[in-house]
Amino acid sequence: MTKTILTVDDSRTMRDMLLLTLSDAGYRVIQAEDGMHGLEVLAGEKPDVIVTDINMPRLDGFGFIEKVRHDAEHRAIPILVLTTESDAEKKDRARRAGATGWIVKPFDPTKLVAAVRRVAA
Amino acid sequence: MDPMAAIRQTFFQECEEQLAELEAGLLAMENGEADSETVNAVFRAVHSVKGGAGAFSLEDLVGFAHVFETALDHVRAGKLEPSPEVLKVLLRAADVLADLVRAARDGGSIDESRAQKLADELRALNPSAEAEPEDDLSGLEFQPVHAAFDFDEDAPASPSENVFIIKFKPKPSLYAKANEAMLILRELGSLGTVETSCDISELPLLSELDPEGAYLSWTIKLTTPKSEDTVREVFDFVTWDCDLDIVNEAAPQGEPASTADNEVAALLARVLNGLDASPAGDEAPESPVAAPVAVLASALTDDAEPAAAKPAAAAKHAAEAKHATEAETKAVATIRVDLDRVDRLIDLVGELVINQAMLAQRVTEAGLARASNVVIGLDELEQLTREIQDSVMAIRAQPVKSVFQRMPRLVRELAVMTGKAVRLVTDGEGTEVDKTVIERLTDPLTHMIRNAIDHGLEKPEARIVAGKPEEGTVRLSALHRSGRIVIEISDDGAGINRPRVKQIAIDKGLIPADVQLSDEEIDNLIFLPGFSTASEISDISGRGVGMDVVKRSIQALGGRISISSRPGRGSTFTMSLPLTLAVLDGMVVTVADQTLIVPLTAIVETLQPKAGEIHGMGGSARVISIRNKFTPLIDIGRELSYRANVADPMSSVVILVETEGGGRSALLVDAIQGQRQVVIKSLEANYRHVPGIAAATILGDGRVALILDVDAVIANAQAKDLPVEASEAA
Repeated sequence: MTKTILTVDDSRTMRDMLLLTLSDAGYRVIQAEDGMHGLEVLAGEKPDVIVTDINMPRLDGFGFIEKVRHDAEHRAIPILVLTTESDAEKKDRARRAGATGWIVKPFDPTKLVAAVRRVAA
Repeated sequence: MDPMAAIRQTFFQECEEQLAELEAGLLAMENGEADSETVNAVFRAVHSVKGGAGAFSLEDLVGFAHVFETALDHVRAGKLEPSPEVLKVLLRAADVLADLVRAARDGGSIDESRAQKLADELRALNPSAEAEPEDDLSGLEFQPVHAAFDFDEDAPASPSENVFIIKFKPKPSLYAKANEAMLILRELGSLGTVETSCDISELPLLSELDPEGAYLSWTIKLTTPKSEDTVREVFDFVTWDCDLDIVNEAAPQGEPASTADNEVAALLARVLNGLDASPAGDEAPESPVAAPVAVLASALTDDAEPAAAKPAAAAKHAAEAKHATEAETKAVATIRVDLDRVDRLIDLVGELVINQAMLAQRVTEAGLARASNVVIGLDELEQLTREIQDSVMAIRAQPVKSVFQRMPRLVRELAVMTGKAVRLVTDGEGTEVDKTVIERLTDPLTHMIRNAIDHGLEKPEARIVAGKPEEGTVRLSALHRSGRIVIEISDDGAGINRPRVKQIAIDKGLIPADVQLSDEEIDNLIFLPGFSTASEISDISGRGVGMDVVKRSIQALGGRISISSRPGRGSTFTMSLPLTLAVLDGMVVTVADQTLIVPLTAIVETLQPKAGEIHGMGGSARVISIRNKFTPLIDIGRELSYRANVADPMSSVVILVETEGGGRSALLVDAIQGQRQVVIKSLEANYRHVPGIAAATILGDGRVALILDVDAVIANAQAKDLPVEASEAA
């Protein structure tokens, strides 16, 4: 069965790239524009993996991950964080919030798919 | 289109939005109006540009955005005070960033020394003042995901196999983050040959088992050509959430791993099975829910298949998919549409309006009763047509913000060039107007702002002497007024220097030396072609573009411009423009058997002249006395060469119009048919430019009618009938 990936990113460019890369790899992709929107989408979906940005309006990546991890229905979904190379502290914070893993931005399509595959059950 | 090219286009579009957001945010910060969300948005804007630029390998852009982002991060973290000086640097950095984006998009280059200088200035803002540890990965606890799936190409030069003994004991937190021991074992399996034993000694009784606990640990013997780093990368995501011990057995003679655990071997076989499956067809255990329990169950019994609940799950999934579509639809509030499609729709609605008018006319001609069903139905159709037209126009309407937001940068640059302190205040940015109008507003606005700063505002010293604040204010505002958009540009500078303006006009031979002019008329001299305050021609406004060009471009939009100025207090330029270039309210008139449209906006009043009111001026020129004021009378029929002789005013109608300079003229037409909204069709695009005619339209009976260019007709007439000053008070 086709796996579904939810991407959460406020940048249209990034959303488009994630969509292209992940659908090319055979995934079904659903998208949200920020953490808040991500939670709304989750209300009606149960993706296999979530890929989320950190810097977003309304609800950032940290808040989003925390909320997902406190949601009984979605807590077990692997969440990958898109991080920039110099964000050691952010990565740590994301991990403490409950991130499953991370993808370095700008991402390489192969590595993105590899990271998704790595956490997808 | 190549998908990457399309994304690249999206990226640049998005950059423009981010840049606008960045500038707006920085300006709000400068005005002390910024809350933390604004500061965050500013940071995000630069961050986002950097992220996208990285994806497209735009190194210059990434480099600058990174330095910029670092400075903004300090502001965000409260380590850098956003003082006016700091904001000046940030604003100029935003300008450079915009230039870099455009250079990246259009393939041009930018002044590198400028970018370098600003990058240095940004670095100097760094509170710790020492060189920033640029992209220093050495200090990171985390290692980025390197190609963990580099199956063969990264194999060490020596073909010798490494044998790792890996002791892996997950903590509950590993599962809490949705990591999965099974997946890690699967990945290890992909690196080479594994022998795995599972330690189940810590497993409690089922009744005491905490489903969120972690009770299993593994010892894995991995024989692989890969390096230890590659092996450690497998545990990248879980380093903190497990006890891990990796030992490289130099020689492949390590103690053989116990293979007693058949259950685990079976599990591993299944896990490895899932490895080559594509994600689309992956049949590995489906539900990650209570993953530890699933692993546990598999380890204990052979046939506890975690995927047993699959059909039910699939059905649920399908139901959920519907929900998701709804959720997505709800969140997407706008769509992007090719402008051509909207234009086509507007064209079609124009046709519909014309068609509806034709139908109405036919019905009238057929002599049907006013209360007949057909007429009533037609009235409803007209109502609907109007509404459709308004709605379609609204699609293309945009806030003037897109033009206004280009101005702060202009003001900053001009302030630097002129050595003046300027503050730009904008108002009514949300005022909407048709996109066709917006696109043509930038140039006139740019020029008038230049003018206001270069000519209007005084130097700081002069302002202090005049008892004004050192910093001058330029105000840009937009508002809707009676179906038009009014845009004002005002400054609190010295106002128009009337004696000098008049002298320049005399010197240039634009007006006779002895002419008597009102203050208003003097002010309007600056709109004359050829007028320029040449004695102080500068780089800024002396670009060969005078106010006459501004005036003409405003008129070309069907707009008017006027000035009001008070010496020592400043000047205000007011532009009044139609909301759209697609339709126009007009008065339908007859001239020498021709039907013409006079734009309603120009008309002040209409009247039937009386015998005593018309006075000859020598030649064929005549004036009409309206309320004791003589106004030049222009016979439209003769002006447009429909007839050779001047019409008899007594059997004609006079339309009093206001010209863009604020003066008045009287147009002579044969009769007035009525008032209606007409769809504007470009005459130039379909035929050619005709002096005195602004455009054309199609009437209800299918005939083409010309739309009068009131100002052009008057200007032509005045050029011919020299006595320009005829309008002086009697």
